[in-house]
Amino acid sequence: MTKIRIATTSLAGCFGCHTSFLDMDERLVELLEHVEFDRSPLNDIKHCGPCDIGLVEGGLCNADNVHVLREVRANCRVLVAVGACAINGGIPAMRNHFGLGACLEESYLNGIGVEDPQIPDDAELPLLLDKVHPIHEVVRVDYYLPGCPPSPEGFLSVLGDLLEGREPVLPKKLLHYD
Amino acid sequence: MSAGANQPEFSPNTFTMDGIEIPFKDGQTLMDAALAAGVYIPHLCHHPGLTPHGSCKLCMVDIGSGRASSCTTPAVAGQQVSNNTPALNEARRTLTQMLFIEGNHLCPSCEKTGNCTLQAMAYHLGMLEGHFPQFFQRREVDASHSTVMLDRDRCILCELCVRASREVDGKNVFAVAGRGITARLIVNSPSGKLADSDLEIDDLAAHICPVGAILIKAHAYEIPIGWRTFDLRQIDEIGPEKVIQARVGHTDD
Repeated sequence: MTKIRIATTSLAGCFGCHTSFLDMDERLVELLEHVEFDRSPLNDIKHCGPCDIGLVEGGLCNADNVHVLREVRANCRVLVAVGACAINGGIPAMRNHFGLGACLEESYLNGIGVEDPQIPDDAELPLLLDKVHPIHEVVRVDYYLPGCPPSPEGFLSVLGDLLEGREPVLPKKLLHYD
Repeated sequence: MSAGANQPEFSPNTFTMDGIEIPFKDGQTLMDAALAAGVYIPHLCHHPGLTPHGSCKLCMVDIGSGRASSCTTPAVAGQQVSNNTPALNEARRTLTQMLFIEGNHLCPSCEKTGNCTLQAMAYHLGMLEGHFPQFFQRREVDASHSTVMLDRDRCILCELCVRASREVDGKNVFAVAGRGITARLIVNSPSGKLADSDLEIDDLAAHICPVGAILIKAHAYEIPIGWRTFDLRQIDEIGPEKVIQARVGHTDD
């Protein structure tokens, strides 16, 4: 039987959603009988091939986030925004209250305990966006799994529905924003 | 209803909502009659005993072919009211999404999470995301008061604090200034700061906030996330009023 192919990525997030995904523990073994992973921080594959499902953690805080998101969207039939940051920007979006210059100065020049103050400008570093954005402002999102992080049961609920060919419906007891 | 010749009989002081007969007293609104009967109509800006505000529009109900806010509409005998319908709940969900994207409602960073009526409303209506582009407005935080904190990022302009201060506390601490997108909660003190107002920790205005805009200092995280009011029960099971009563009682200890 052909397995359902899943890509996952963490953009401007904390990997907490991925950690919560792994918290399904032994249920992961059963899940792996039905799915296989494409690009994911879990297997360190860097680029996305054609997939059935893409799970996207985190919002968009830099140009690389946008690039990766577009690659995942282009390759996945179904895209799921996972967690608070992907859905509304989350904690990283708290910087949106301040100008980007002020954020960099506070972090790298004037912050408490900063030694050798300088703002990083290596060409390897992706350019920061002016504001942090939720992913649905840049690509089409098919389904949403809220939570900070979503529970393992939340992941299993959405993936279970998709594997069965059903429209995902998150049970009310699994609906949380925190 | 059966096809019998009997006309439906109404008690003089009842109306029907979603097929349930609800009694009311003369002059009572649909909302207050429903609350008294234990029937839940979603609402954010209403609190029994305070002058109805009719601003959040979540309590819209269908009356015949019209639609009206149940918190400002007097009950009339024999009225046929629809409340819990897919169309109304869809409209309520859209209104709730607009409240979320207009302010800065980042639940994981808010100490009100799990006790927040706006969040509980969104759960109740099955809201998964904000749908609209985020406004990311920058709003002023006022931490000047010794025991009460004002974070305007989360204010939904329901004016519950405005009315509680004027009508129950006998003060006039809060007001809403500006219009449309510039509307904001202001403090009536010479400096505009809470510290210079006569707000006290026992005032209803300090406790009635349905979101995390007005917070009592030094009491955050006494109950862990996951064990809070709306973590354990849905809003339609308890309603926000009992939560506010419990909150006021808690700090009186």
